[in-house]
Amino acid sequence: MTTYPWAAGYVAGDRPQIVTSRFHYEDSYTLERYLASGGYEGLKAALAKAAPAVHEDVKGATVLGRGGAGFPAGTKWGLTPAGKYPRYLVVNGDESEPGTYKDRLLMERDPHQLIEGCLIACYAAGLSQCFLYIRGEMALAHERVGRALNEAYAAGYVGKNILGTKFSVDIALHWGAGAYVVGEETALIESLEGKRGEPRLKPPYFPAAIGLYGQPTIVNNVETLSNLPWLLCNGVEAYTAIGTQTSPGTRMVAVSGHVKRPGVYEIINGTTTFRDLLYGDEFCQGIRNGNELKAFVPGGGSAPWFTPEQLDLPFEGRLVGAAGSMLGSGAIMVMDSTTDIPKAALSLTRFYAHESCGQCTPCREGGTWLERILSRICDGHGTSSDLDLLIEVGTSICPGDFPHASSTKLGLEATPFPYKMTTICFVGPSAYAPVHSALTLFREEFEAKIVKRTSIPVTVGH
Amino acid sequence: MSRLNAANLEIAREIMSRYPVVRSATIPLLHLSQEQNGYVTREAMQQIAELVESTAAEVYGTASFYEMFKFEPIGKYCVNICRSISCHLVGGDDLVEHAEHVLGIKPGGTTADGLFTLEAVECMAACTEGPTLQVNYRHRFRVTHQDFDQLIDDLRAGRLDAEIPPHGTLARERQHIPADKAAGNVSPDTPITPAWMEAAQ
Repeated sequence: MTTYPWAAGYVAGDRPQIVTSRFHYEDSYTLERYLASGGYEGLKAALAKAAPAVHEDVKGATVLGRGGAGFPAGTKWGLTPAGKYPRYLVVNGDESEPGTYKDRLLMERDPHQLIEGCLIACYAAGLSQCFLYIRGEMALAHERVGRALNEAYAAGYVGKNILGTKFSVDIALHWGAGAYVVGEETALIESLEGKRGEPRLKPPYFPAAIGLYGQPTIVNNVETLSNLPWLLCNGVEAYTAIGTQTSPGTRMVAVSGHVKRPGVYEIINGTTTFRDLLYGDEFCQGIRNGNELKAFVPGGGSAPWFTPEQLDLPFEGRLVGAAGSMLGSGAIMVMDSTTDIPKAALSLTRFYAHESCGQCTPCREGGTWLERILSRICDGHGTSSDLDLLIEVGTSICPGDFPHASSTKLGLEATPFPYKMTTICFVGPSAYAPVHSALTLFREEFEAKIVKRTSIPVTVGH
Repeated sequence: MSRLNAANLEIAREIMSRYPVVRSATIPLLHLSQEQNGYVTREAMQQIAELVESTAAEVYGTASFYEMFKFEPIGKYCVNICRSISCHLVGGDDLVEHAEHVLGIKPGGTTADGLFTLEAVECMAACTEGPTLQVNYRHRFRVTHQDFDQLIDDLRAGRLDAEIPPHGTLARERQHIPADKAAGNVSPDTPITPAWMEAAQ
C-alpha cells in the first residue's frame, strides 16, 4: 500500500501486478530500466514460437479487452478474413471516458511494455503496420511513448527484421486532437484516416473485417496490449491462475469521488467486490468524512448507477451486466450522502451532449434536450412535466427498458444490460444513462427542485 | 509566416512518410502548424491540403471537429479546468469560478495581455486527483484555490518556462524512424502475406 510521487494517483498494494510492476521505479519509462526488469523477454518468447501458437496463447488466456466492451482480444484477432492482407493494428490510447484513467498512466509510466504488447499482437495476428493513437491532450504520454519508440528502434526491437528474425513492423505514433467519440473504434479509424471522428455505420461490426484504409484492422486498448508481455513471459497457466475463469488476470480500476483515498489500483479481476474497493483498507478505506454512500457509477460515466445494495457484487463483467450496469472502462465514481443527484446527473449528461459528433439525430438533439432540461431543473426553473419529458427524450435514444439496478427499498427488480439504441454508437445512450439512473433511484430529489408552474421559462440552458 | 517554415516543412515530410496513405497525416500536421503559429491559420490549412492531397475545405472539416485546434490567436497559456463528474464532486466548478475571478475572464475568454485563455473542459483522465487542470496540456492535480493563484503567478513570472512550452507545442520529443531501421509502409493496395506468417503456414 504505497504511492509514488512520479505516478500521481497510482496506489500499489500487496497484490499480483501484471501491468504496473514497474511503477515503483522513477525511471520506469526508460529502455535501460525496462531491459533491467525483464523487458522485451515476452517478445523473445513470442518470436521463438510460430505466430498461430502465440495467438492460441492469447485466446487460451481469455485476455478481455480493457477499453470498455470487454471483448476477448484473441477472439477479436481471429475475426480477420483468412488470408486477407495487409492487416493493421490501431492502438486505442484515446482514453477520455469520465472517471477513467489507466491508459494514460500505462503510457507515461511503462511505454516500452505497451510497445512490446503491440509487437506481440502484430506478430501473432499477422498485422503489418501499427499506429499508436494517443489522445491529444496527453502531452507527457506523447513525449514518453515517442522517446521509448526512438529507443526501441535504435536497439532493434521495432522496425525491420526485429531481433534478427523475419518479423518486421513499423509503429507510428499518432496524435489525437480532442474528441471523446474517437474512442469508439470505427471513429478512431476515421480520425486516423485524417477525417472527422464520426463512427461508421454497422455492419460490419468489427473493423477486423473492414477497417483502416478498408483493410482488416485490429483495434486494441492500451491496457489490453500491456498485458501481453507478462502473458508471454509467464504463460497461460500463470495468467489464468489470477482472477476467475471468465475474467482472468488483473484490471486497473480508478476510484474517484467521495472516498477517503481515491486512486488507481491494479486489482484481481472477477473476485474483488465493490465493497472491497470502496471500504477495504488496501483500497479506498471508506467514504470521506464518515458519510454514508449514496450511489456509485461502476464502469465509467456511461454506466447505469448502483446503490449500496450492489456493493457485494464482484468486479466481473457478466454479473455486473446481469445486475443492470457494466464494468466498462474500469472507473468507479463514488457519491456520498451530500451529493446533489440532479447536478451530478447534469454533469455527466452534459459531457455526452457536448461530445456528440452530431451524426445521429436522437443523440445530437436528444442529448442537448436532456442537458437543457436537467439544467433548468437544477436552476429552479423546472416544470412538472419535465420528468416525463426526460424519459420521453431518453426513450427516443434507447427504446424499451433501459438497464437499471434492483432496489429493495424501491421494490425494483434489475433490468440487465445492454440497451437497445437508435444511434450508431453508444454516446447517445450514455447521455441518457445518468438521467435514467438518477430518476429511477432518486426521483424525489428532482421533484424537490421543480417549482410548480405551467409555462416554460423564457431562458433555458446554461 | 503562417505557412509551415522550412524546418517545419521538413518535419512535416517526415511525419507524412510514416503513413501508407498520406491523408492520415492531416491531424499531426495541423498540430505542427498550431505549434508554429499558436493557432491554425487558413494558409496553413491550404498548405496542409496540398501536402496530404486533399482540399482546404476537407482539412478545415477535419480540423473543426477537434477541440484542440484554434482558428484565431489565443493566450500563451491555455488553462483548461475539468468540470466532469469526478472533479465536479470534489470542487471543480468552484475552481472554474475562482479562475474566472482571478483572471477576470469567462471560459472561452483571453486576458487582455494575451497570456491566458481559460477553458472549462471535460474529463482529462486524472479523475482521482481532482480538481484537475491542464496548462497547455500539462496536468496539475488536486488544485486548491491557493495552488491556482501560485500557478498563475509562476506562469506570469516565467518560472515554469522550462516545464510548460507556449500553447501549440504538444510533445517536445518527436518520433524519428531511422531509414536503415524502418520496416517501411505497407500500402493497402499490396496484398502481401507478411514474411513471418508465410513461414508459419
